[in-house]
Amino acid sequence: MSTLSERVLGAGAGDYVDANVDRAYVHDGTGVLTLEAWKEMGCPGPAHPERLYILFDHIVPANNSTTAMLQRELRVFARSHGIHFSDIGGGVCHQLMGEGEVLPGEVVVGADSHSCTLGAFGAFATGVGATDMAAVWASGETWFRVPETIAVRLSGSFNGAAEAKDLALAVISKLGMDGASYKALEYIGEGTKLLSMEGRLTIANLATEAGAKTGLFYADDVTREYLLRFGHRVENQVPEPCTYVGEVRIDIGDLEPVVAVPPRVDTVKPVSSLEGLQLDQVFVGTCTNGRFEDLQRFSSIVKGKKVKVRTIVVPSSAEVLRKAADTGVLSSIIAAGCTIGTPGCGPCLGAHMGVISEGEVCLSTANRNFTNRMGIGGSIYLASVATAAASALAGVLTVPELVP
Amino acid sequence: MKLEGDAVCLGADIDTDVIIAGRYLRTKDRKIWVEHVFEDLDPSLGSRLRGAVIVAGNNFGCGSSREQAAVALKEAGLVAIVAPSFSRIFFRNAINIGLPVVEGDCHCTSGDHVVVDLDEWTVTCGGTRVPVRPLSARMQELLRAGGLVHHWRSKKP
Ligand code: SF4
Repeated sequence: MSTLSERVLGAGAGDYVDANVDRAYVHDGTGVLTLEAWKEMGCPGPAHPERLYILFDHIVPANNSTTAMLQRELRVFARSHGIHFSDIGGGVCHQLMGEGEVLPGEVVVGADSHSCTLGAFGAFATGVGATDMAAVWASGETWFRVPETIAVRLSGSFNGAAEAKDLALAVISKLGMDGASYKALEYIGEGTKLLSMEGRLTIANLATEAGAKTGLFYADDVTREYLLRFGHRVENQVPEPCTYVGEVRIDIGDLEPVVAVPPRVDTVKPVSSLEGLQLDQVFVGTCTNGRFEDLQRFSSIVKGKKVKVRTIVVPSSAEVLRKAADTGVLSSIIAAGCTIGTPGCGPCLGAHMGVISEGEVCLSTANRNFTNRMGIGGSIYLASVATAAASALAGVLTVPELVP
Repeated sequence: MKLEGDAVCLGADIDTDVIIAGRYLRTKDRKIWVEHVFEDLDPSLGSRLRGAVIVAGNNFGCGSSREQAAVALKEAGLVAIVAPSFSRIFFRNAINIGLPVVEGDCHCTSGDHVVVDLDEWTVTCGGTRVPVRPLSARMQELLRAGGLVHHWRSKKP
C-alpha cells in the first residue's frame, strides 16, 4: 500500500534509497556548473549517456560572447559524449522532456527546480543541483529520501474562466510557500480525470513553489492517449490505499481567476479584487504556460483585437511554435500586436530579454514573482493565460470572460 | 566538530534569486558571485559574511536550484547556516559543496556569537543552547569529506 512516490522509488516514506536515474537533464544555465563539477570528479565518460540530456533554453540565442563561450563548451561536450542535445530555439527543458521523453514510473532528475513538472506523467521527477547532477552523469544513480506525501484531492470541473494555473495557485495559497517542504504532492480524485495533459503539466510545475519535492498525477487514459501521440504505449497507474500526511481539497468548479501578488507566490488574490491595476508588460510563455493549448487559448481571446500594452509571447518549444504557425494561432497573436520570442525561457528569469524597468509592472504566466526577478525594481504578478489575454487587451489587470 | 562565528540574522523565505540574482549566473568566475551576493537584499551584507553564521527563518534557499547561491555564500567565507527549515535543493547543494547547514530554531541578534556543534547537534547563540536536527549519516559523510566531489574522488579506486 504505497503512495506513487513510494511505488516508483521502491521504498517507504523516510527511507533513503539509491535510485537508478532513467533520465537526467540540464540546461545551458545549470549545465555550466555541472560540467565544472564533472571535470573536478575526473571521470572518463558518463555512465549512461543515452539517459542524459543537455537542453538550451535559458539564454537563447546567446546574448554575449561569455554566454556563447559557455554554451559552446556544453555543446561540444554533449556531442562528444553522445548525450541528447537540443540547441537554441528547441524549447524549455521541462517542455521538451514532456514531449514524449518521460514515461510513467520513471525516476527523473533535472538540474532545475521546476523538474517536478514531469511528475504530471506519474514519474518521480525532481530538481537537483549541479554537483548532484555531475554525480548522476558519472554513476547513473543518485540518492533520495523518500518523501511523505500530501494529497491534493480534486473534485468537479472548470465551469468559469478559471484554468489549470488558477488551480495551481489555489493549491499554493492553501499550503504556503513552504507548506510542502521535503514532501511530495499527489493529485487525486475525480477532478483529475478531466484535466488535460497540458493542464497537469502546469499544475505539477508549480509544486515546487509550495516547497514540494515533486507533484505527481497517476497515469490514466489522458496520459496514455497523450503519450501514444509520441509512439509510446504505457499502462495506467492505479492508485491504492496509502497513507498521506496531509490533504488539501479543492472543488475545481469553485475556482475563479487569481493572481499571485509580488513578491510571494503564495499571496494569491482574486483578479477581481485588483482589477484595473496598470500594466506595463504582459508575458505569456515559460515551462508553466507556454504550451500549444495556452497559445491557442490566448489567441482565441485576442483574435481580431489589439493589445493595449507591450506583450511578449514565447512558445515553450519549437514544436509548439510550429503547431501555432500551422493552425493560424500564431498569426492571430501577431496580428493582435504581440511580439514573439525564440522558444525557451524568454524573459522569465530576467537575464537577457524582456527585462522590466524599475517601477514597471509585468503580468506574467510564469511561476515566480520574486523581487527583481525580471528586472531591478519591477513587480511581477502571476496569472493564467486567459487573465493575461484579457489584461493585454485592456492594458490593465482584467477578469477574463469565459473562453468560448 | 564545532563551528563558530558572529550571527547575521535574516528573515524567512530567503530565495536564491536574492542570494545571487539571475543576471550574474552567466560566468564560471566565483569572484563575481561573491561580489554580488545578497546585492538585492542589502548590498553591504556580502562583506559581513566572512567568518559569520547566518541565522535565518523558515525555508532558506527557496526558489531556483542554482548551486551558485550556495557557492557564493561559501566563497564569501560563511561558516554555516542555521534555519528552522531549508528548501530541499539548496540544502543538498550546500552539503554537496561542503557548506554546513543545520535545521534548528534559534533566536538571536546580528553580531551575537554563535557556536554550531556538529557532534552534540546543538547551536548556542545569544546565551541559549538549542538542539538542532542531526544530519543524516549520508550527509554527515559528505560534509566530512568536504563535499560530494571530494567524497567521490576519495572513493575512486
Ligand atoms: S521558463 Fe522560467 S521557470 Fe521555467 S525553466 Fe525557464 S527560467 Fe525556469
